[in-house]
Amino acid sequence: MRLVILDDYNLASEWAAKYIRNRIIQFKPSPERYFTLGLPTGSTPYGCYQKLIEYYRNGDISFKYVKTFNMDEYVGLPRDHPESYHSYMWNNFFKHIDINPANAHILDGNAEDLEAECQAYEQKITEAGGIELFVGGIGPDGHIAFNEPGSSLVSRTRVKTLAKDTILANARFFGNDLSKVPTMALTVGVGTVMDAKEVMILITGAHKAFALYKAIEEGVNHMWTVSAFQQHPRTIFVCDEDATLELRVKTVKYFKGLMHVHNKLVDPVLSMKDQ
Amino acid sequence: MPTNKSVSDAPITQFINCRILKDHKLQREDLWVREGRILDPEKLFFDEQGYADKRVDCEGSIIAPGFIDVQINGGYGIDFSQASDDISSGVSFVARKILEHGVTSFCPTLVTSPPAVYHKVLPQVKVQNGGHHGAGVLGFHLEGPFISAKKKGAHLEQYLRTFQSGGIEDLMEAYGSLDNVAMVTLAPELASSQLVVRELCQRGITVSLGHSVGNLSQAEEAVQSGASFITHLFNAMLPFHHRDPGIVGLLTSDQVPAGRTVYYGMIADGIHTNPAALRIAHRAHPSGLVLVTDAITAMGLPPGRHTLGQQVIEIQGLHAYVAGTKTLSGSIATMDMCVRHFKQASDLVLLSDALNVKATYISGEEVWRKEP
Repeated sequence: MRLVILDDYNLASEWAAKYIRNRIIQFKPSPERYFTLGLPTGSTPYGCYQKLIEYYRNGDISFKYVKTFNMDEYVGLPRDHPESYHSYMWNNFFKHIDINPANAHILDGNAEDLEAECQAYEQKITEAGGIELFVGGIGPDGHIAFNEPGSSLVSRTRVKTLAKDTILANARFFGNDLSKVPTMALTVGVGTVMDAKEVMILITGAHKAFALYKAIEEGVNHMWTVSAFQQHPRTIFVCDEDATLELRVKTVKYFKGLMHVHNKLVDPVLSMKDQ
Repeated sequence: MPTNKSVSDAPITQFINCRILKDHKLQREDLWVREGRILDPEKLFFDEQGYADKRVDCEGSIIAPGFIDVQINGGYGIDFSQASDDISSGVSFVARKILEHGVTSFCPTLVTSPPAVYHKVLPQVKVQNGGHHGAGVLGFHLEGPFISAKKKGAHLEQYLRTFQSGGIEDLMEAYGSLDNVAMVTLAPELASSQLVVRELCQRGITVSLGHSVGNLSQAEEAVQSGASFITHLFNAMLPFHHRDPGIVGLLTSDQVPAGRTVYYGMIADGIHTNPAALRIAHRAHPSGLVLVTDAITAMGLPPGRHTLGQQVIEIQGLHAYVAGTKTLSGSIATMDMCVRHFKQASDLVLLSDALNVKATYISGEEVWRKEP
């Protein structure tokens, strides 16, 4: 894995955004060959989305030939509810960029047949040629998407009941009223994300430090599902200082020492204007 | 083009680089319009998978809903209360000119007049949508003749009337027809007026209280019968008194039926009402406030003498008086002037911007633009 450590949240968001930007531009997407991007929601990727919007506004990137697949969506929450992941993606990303709405895929938590919806989603990913870069986050309980502790590490897109930790963590978005937080969600499986050519996990904040420790310094364990990516050939963890607080000093020093190598991935930062 | 056509084929316009008034705040958001209706862009994105055909760059301007003027007696030399053979071209002329003030719909207002005038004028103008030709006509506002002699203002006493049979017959006799009438101003203390209020409301006509010496209970009764508006608050009514607030008391009355709001027109030209009074009304009942111009023939014209209904009016600067007196007679303020004055007079959550009208749109189409 690459463990990219930046001083703070803003720098981490910027590094991640630059990486995504460079990957898209290097790929040279076209009508015949779309760049497929997996996307997360939540407070962690917010800064990254802001930077991507800035790059789009400056004319440096375009999402015209990008297809996106979000990781998850709540079950039973109306699509236009302010806390639905559809609302999050619309307000924080899609409405500010030039993506074709037909190429922005999000699981439908209000589908008649949830299982069929999940299967159809897997199908759509396959038809799109698989995911080129899957961006994700990590929960305080070490989950990726809504693959809660105990999820199979080879799971596929399915319905999951949320763990107590997750419901507590999400309560702040529902006025701190636990009864209002959805209890189920549709989520891509660990296996689904493992199928991507490359995975980038964003982890910021001290409250995620223990989960990061479990994910990369302990073994592969279905109780900390992000640990599955130790077995993926191309994973990048992008964090801030605070997220590394539970890691061994040796680990942090080693990867900080590699920053000059990591930074070659984002410097020079490419632009569509040069093509 | 850019939708899956599940809802409509019509082109979609996106207004960018603008600030819109949403949730009582000015927010930096794009405005999406299709076929004259504002779209929810999120629904458009996810349901129809659509995006804009055309983008209009607003260059940072504020987009506000088009202004609606429910009390305007004429302008630019046109007097709606003057019975002529070609009222509709006069109305159309004013309709076109007021686009410059950001007004997109209005109620041509007739002051107290003899039946002959109503019978002649009313049939000539129809309710119609606005467009490139001018602001939309919502219907007439008939201010009088069923008003109080003691608060006639600039209306002529000899044409005032009372309810004889207390029903629709009086209205029909005076007005001739109620088609194309959107609003009627009357005094609630007139005998048998409650029945009339109910009749008018049943026909979908807004009843407004004004030019009256009614007390609060009479006003409340009228509201309970269906009245929902007050004509130029403070003017042509009893002043607020702490033991009988009169019509002004409706702003905080607890007798207003649940779920209903009493709206009140205010002429915010800086002349008809002291800004302090404006603020008191606004703070007491912010959601009921409606800015009106009560503009007269002379609006848009230079100083001098002009006619209003059956009378002669004199313009002195920004004031319009009944010729030879100090009785105010309508105003010559334009709607955008009223909006600016109101913003100055009160502390609204509008950004500090000059609020000068740059362009007017009806149904998403530009119908007027200020010359650079």
